[in-house]
Amino acid sequence: MRHLLALRELSPQEITDLLDLAELSAVAGRGEQLSGTTLATLFYEPSTRTEISFELAARKLGAGVVRCDVDRSSVQKGESLVDTVRTLAGLGADAIAIRHPSAGAAHLAAAHVRCAVINAGDGMHEHPTQGLLDLLTVRRAKGRIAGLRIAVVGDVRHSRVARSAAWGFSKLGGSVVAVGPATLLPTPGDGLPLHLTTSLRDGLEGADVVMVLRMQRERQAGGDVPTLAEYTRGWGVNSQVLRAARPDAILMHPGPANLGIELTADAAYGPQSRIAAQVAAGVDVRMAVLAWALGRERLLRPSLARRRDRRKTFVANGLLEFDQSRTQTPLAEPASTIRND
Amino acid sequence: MTDARPIPDSLLITGGRVVDPSTATDRMADVLIEHGRIAAVAGAIPSGEHRVIDAGGRVVVPGLIDLHVHLRDPGQTHKEDIASGTTAAVRGGFTAIACMPNTVPPIDHPTIVEYVRSMASKTGACRVYPIAAITKALAGEELVPIGGLAAAGAIGFSDDGSAVANAELVRKAMAYASMYGLPVMEHCEDRTLARAGVMHEGEWSAVLGLHGIPTVSEDTIVARDLLLAAAAGAHLHVLHVSTAGSVRLIREAKRRGVRVTAEVTPHHLVLTDAAVQGFDTNFKVNPPLRSAADVAALREALADGTIDAIATDHAPHTIEEKMVEFDQAPFGVIGLETAVGVVLTTLVAPGIIGVSDLVRMMSTAPASILGVPGGTLSIGAPGDVTILDLDRAWSVDPAAFASKSQNTPFAGWSLKGKAVATIVGGEIKFSELEGEARVPAPVHRES
Repeated sequence: MRHLLALRELSPQEITDLLDLAELSAVAGRGEQLSGTTLATLFYEPSTRTEISFELAARKLGAGVVRCDVDRSSVQKGESLVDTVRTLAGLGADAIAIRHPSAGAAHLAAAHVRCAVINAGDGMHEHPTQGLLDLLTVRRAKGRIAGLRIAVVGDVRHSRVARSAAWGFSKLGGSVVAVGPATLLPTPGDGLPLHLTTSLRDGLEGADVVMVLRMQRERQAGGDVPTLAEYTRGWGVNSQVLRAARPDAILMHPGPANLGIELTADAAYGPQSRIAAQVAAGVDVRMAVLAWALGRERLLRPSLARRRDRRKTFVANGLLEFDQSRTQTPLAEPASTIRND
Repeated sequence: MTDARPIPDSLLITGGRVVDPSTATDRMADVLIEHGRIAAVAGAIPSGEHRVIDAGGRVVVPGLIDLHVHLRDPGQTHKEDIASGTTAAVRGGFTAIACMPNTVPPIDHPTIVEYVRSMASKTGACRVYPIAAITKALAGEELVPIGGLAAAGAIGFSDDGSAVANAELVRKAMAYASMYGLPVMEHCEDRTLARAGVMHEGEWSAVLGLHGIPTVSEDTIVARDLLLAAAAGAHLHVLHVSTAGSVRLIREAKRRGVRVTAEVTPHHLVLTDAAVQGFDTNFKVNPPLRSAADVAALREALADGTIDAIATDHAPHTIEEKMVEFDQAPFGVIGLETAVGVVLTTLVAPGIIGVSDLVRMMSTAPASILGVPGGTLSIGAPGDVTILDLDRAWSVDPAAFASKSQNTPFAGWSLKGKAVATIVGGEIKFSELEGEARVPAPVHRES
């Protein structure tokens, strides 16, 4: 049993192993690797893609899933987070995927239960499964992470997605530059493995990956940007702006996107977009994480053998083509659609 | 009442190394307390009819005084009360403490001052000096009745927990408190800058995704209050200094002759913001644990006299209150029972300050800042004495605290040096010395 709390806490090898496991999960398809186990999802914040993605991943490997509806549970009666996770563990959950508005909530939960805790996003801290799916998406598109330049554009300061990306990409040898207005960049210093720039053009120059973050509307009320229009004027990404990056650069967004604010539709649905591929990678990554957290990852190994055989074939036929056939989903497909293949 | 023998109204402490910076003393000597006051400090005092305790070569100092304690009484006695807080104090070597007014109701009326003083005289193990609020209900809008509170026994004024945002009110409070010779004690923090912050704004807040409290939120209010104090000719006491910027401002103001004193807590001298990385709420404190550069500046400020005193900011909270998400937990850590051990281990043992400096910062200076008796072993002073064992090795076990709360950032620390006896007005309130096993039991625990 293992927790997944933050990519900062994983070694490069562990991250690579999880990505490899995600590829095995993708090939394994439906199975019974997690039969007899139960995943509880405990989401204190609304989420469509992450929660459904966890559920699909668990079901595909044969695990049971219970959804703890925070709005209708004893949380509304004032039950503390610690008591809630203890109750879920006591009821027999083998893993709890938790989404919470407070940074450190998953750490707090993990300190008080014996079952596996998977951080599905804690405040502004980390969103490790999102970080892994971003890594997987890039690895599928580029074949590697090391040596790549990744530009993360937008509200990096308040973004758990950006933090997990910063750790994930830098641990595997990528170089991450954060781009945004000064008020939305993290405190300068050596804390996060990020280069900072307020210039969109400088940030995108030479980028292999452009990751655009969601611009939350509250930022205008909080005074972090004078107006959203001013943000869009300075840091909005469109297909024109994307030309500053490498010609073969890919575009990503964790969703849900505010099209027209941080990103235009022409870019989101353009040829460089991998937004739909990210959603598909999410299920693969979460299958891997569940198997890893529950100590069942070796049950995915039989398919390793199969995959190795197949890989030979694919290498002969061009492995990249195989990968891209999975990840280059039709560009017109809405970003929120989850591929269930 | 089975013992018919009269207890002599005197106590002789023999064989100790007496360290008292107020009289420039550091030598082997005996200390005689008679009728609750220091009667003699001399080479060899005949034992006569006195009750005798043998310090056995340990360090005998004027009773320690903590400038900054939250006793939570009245109103929040599930966290602490006057009996448990003062018991924790004497077990930590303190013979007197000043308590902060953010109780429920707050100490903003003479009746509440009288309540605290009366409870302290009935159930307190040490002397208790109430600090009154600056503004009614700590709301930052209207001044409290400063004269009436002073007459009732308040020894200073503070809205600790937050600064008074309205500069004109601070100016008036300073002018008014000055008439009574009492300090205005400010928790220097600009709320508009601190906003929703829960830890130091810096590299670790960036990593952990927690809202930061920038150092300028403290520096700007320190600067404002120093200017106001200079203009009013008033005594400003800066509570729990945490930033290098504050240190620079206070140093410069002292040079100009501004009547400013300042305190720092043991946790701000020893811990940095890196301690927060496991999201343990026992490291959530306001002001927050700062960067290593700030800690270095605070230590330098202690050494050069910019900071006058060490105070605990003992802030009890229950386990249930602290066992929550980091951003939901209340600010504050306790310190009465660990302060001496932490300061001896981390500052005195490595030679950053001497034992005499410790006594100055934890006894002499606090007495002078508060304008209360004590802080000295001169003849006629209160018979308040603390005995320190510099070699005593112990480890911090929160479950063994006399405090009702256990929210210490030092749980499990191995410390060297401890207060082993605490004498208030000639009465032994706490002792771990051989033959003097009078250890007050934690008053709140069921058997």
